[in-house]
Amino acid sequence: MHNERSGFLTFMLTVGLAFLYIPMVLLVIYSFNYSKLVPVWGGWSTRWYKVLFESPEVWEAVRLSLQIAFINATFATMLGALAGLAMVRFGKFRGRTLFGGMLVAPLVMPEVITGLSLLIFFISLKELIGWPLERGFTTITIAHITFSLAYVAVIVQARLTGMGVSLEEAAADLGAKPFKVISSITLPRLAPGLLSGWLLAFCLSLDDLVIASFVTGPGSTTLPILIFSRIRLGLRPDINALATIIIIFVAILVAIAAYIMLRQQRRELIDQQMAARGDV
Amino acid sequence: MSPIKKEKIQTKDFRYYVTLCLDKLQSKWKTIIIFIPFAWLLLFFLTPFFIVAKISLAELVITSPPFSKMIDWVDGSVITIRLVFDNFIYIFDDPLYARTYLNSVKIALISTFLALLIGYPIAYAIVRSKPVTKQLLLFAIILPFWTSFLLRVYAWMGLLADQGTINNILIYLGVTDTPIRLLYTEFAVYIGIVYTYLPFMILPLYANMEKLDGSLNEAAADLGSGPINTFFRITLPLSLPGIIAGSLLVFIPATGEYVIPDLLGGGNVQMIGRQLYNEFARNIDWPVASAVAIVLLLLLVLPMAIYQHYQAKAAEVK
Repeated sequence: MHNERSGFLTFMLTVGLAFLYIPMVLLVIYSFNYSKLVPVWGGWSTRWYKVLFESPEVWEAVRLSLQIAFINATFATMLGALAGLAMVRFGKFRGRTLFGGMLVAPLVMPEVITGLSLLIFFISLKELIGWPLERGFTTITIAHITFSLAYVAVIVQARLTGMGVSLEEAAADLGAKPFKVISSITLPRLAPGLLSGWLLAFCLSLDDLVIASFVTGPGSTTLPILIFSRIRLGLRPDINALATIIIIFVAILVAIAAYIMLRQQRRELIDQQMAARGDV
Repeated sequence: MSPIKKEKIQTKDFRYYVTLCLDKLQSKWKTIIIFIPFAWLLLFFLTPFFIVAKISLAELVITSPPFSKMIDWVDGSVITIRLVFDNFIYIFDDPLYARTYLNSVKIALISTFLALLIGYPIAYAIVRSKPVTKQLLLFAIILPFWTSFLLRVYAWMGLLADQGTINNILIYLGVTDTPIRLLYTEFAVYIGIVYTYLPFMILPLYANMEKLDGSLNEAAADLGSGPINTFFRITLPLSLPGIIAGSLLVFIPATGEYVIPDLLGGGNVQMIGRQLYNEFARNIDWPVASAVAIVLLLLLVLPMAIYQHYQAKAAEVK
């Protein structure tokens, strides 16, 4: 369905994109403001970046957040891929409805509920078996994997559905064993989806404030927790500088993910066209 | 029976046997593949809710952890049972909670409607764009969803503050002499929710409208229907599944939102997510916090079930 856009639609699109991007552009511009008062312009300067880089708490929070994000993304991708595979390729199995429900629920569940329930779960677990002894790195990572894997599963499901089963069937007909089919057909074709799933899980973890606030313990301050504790009291120029760095970092990650997905799509399109020509 | 034929049957049997073995192996693998994420979600997603439900029926005790133990409850004498509903009675008795729940639903509903009003034409505009532009526009809509939620809310603090960008512009233009109070109002919360959840509205709408059959619109036009008539009688009804999915994807998390009312609403906007967090963090009353969470969950179970239903249906159509 593609006709020309009417003037009204183009206008709404422009307004919508402006609405989405102007606040972030302003945030970035004000990070280069000399003035201590964020919205009062005092000339261009990079002093707040310097302030930021000289703060040991910020570095510590960045380190912790990146570590959690990395481990989270890796485990969430593995679990999410298995979950997506099960939902798309295994037909009906016992508990499928419950499984599907648990895969969708984390996407919409208010974070305060997930956070509180995980906190109380960890505390009860400690009462019961003495683990986890301390809340912090481990508990945040487990909490993040739990909701990130649902997002990865969505991406994997979409990709698997889009791929179809014809190539796998062809390989099996030609005598490939299931393991061989998965390793040489399914996985390579799924790889771009897995990579973007990994990147999404990474970003989600880096971004999470509420759930981490619930399940963290003393001494474990992730980057969002640090930012939140500072901006609750008002605007701060050093946070603008930090925000700018994070926005650029994430934009690069997303651009990589988008590029990989697009390249794969284009390649498959070319393959399809070549196959079609071959048929004739 | 000739020896050749016999040989053939044997090969066939052998083949059959191998496939059977592979099938068995595969089903064993299948079980493992399902089991790992299933077990994870059962343990870390479902079990915690049951524990919260249990704690919501516990009483506050001054120990660590600050709630009575499971055993006290399992013993279940009459006295305990009377005690255990206290948290819910407390919530329903205190008009503050009722007001906060209602206010959260009201704010979430209005924000969802605003997001739909803004998001629908945007999604429609993307569907009607050329393929290359389409990819770029989709990327532009998804990008903010990946960037920090917290920082996007923070960006609005800078815009809405008394000395913020909007007030500076208004004063510069001579619209007002003194700054208009924008930050720490309900208005700011609406903006915050619509701004941060807009991609969640646009993407399901886009996914739905992308699949719509353009020939219906052409047929309507051929039969003399004007563009507005066609929109209301064909496009809008057909995009209903997208509208429902997008709206639920905004409404459900917005109802329990904590960060936006805290940063943009300050103390002036009561929302249940914030109340729950305060109950947990400041009052350290975990049984009451759990009861608040359970009531919120019950409030959202129906919208969640509807969303799940539509997701399952969409998956089947594919």
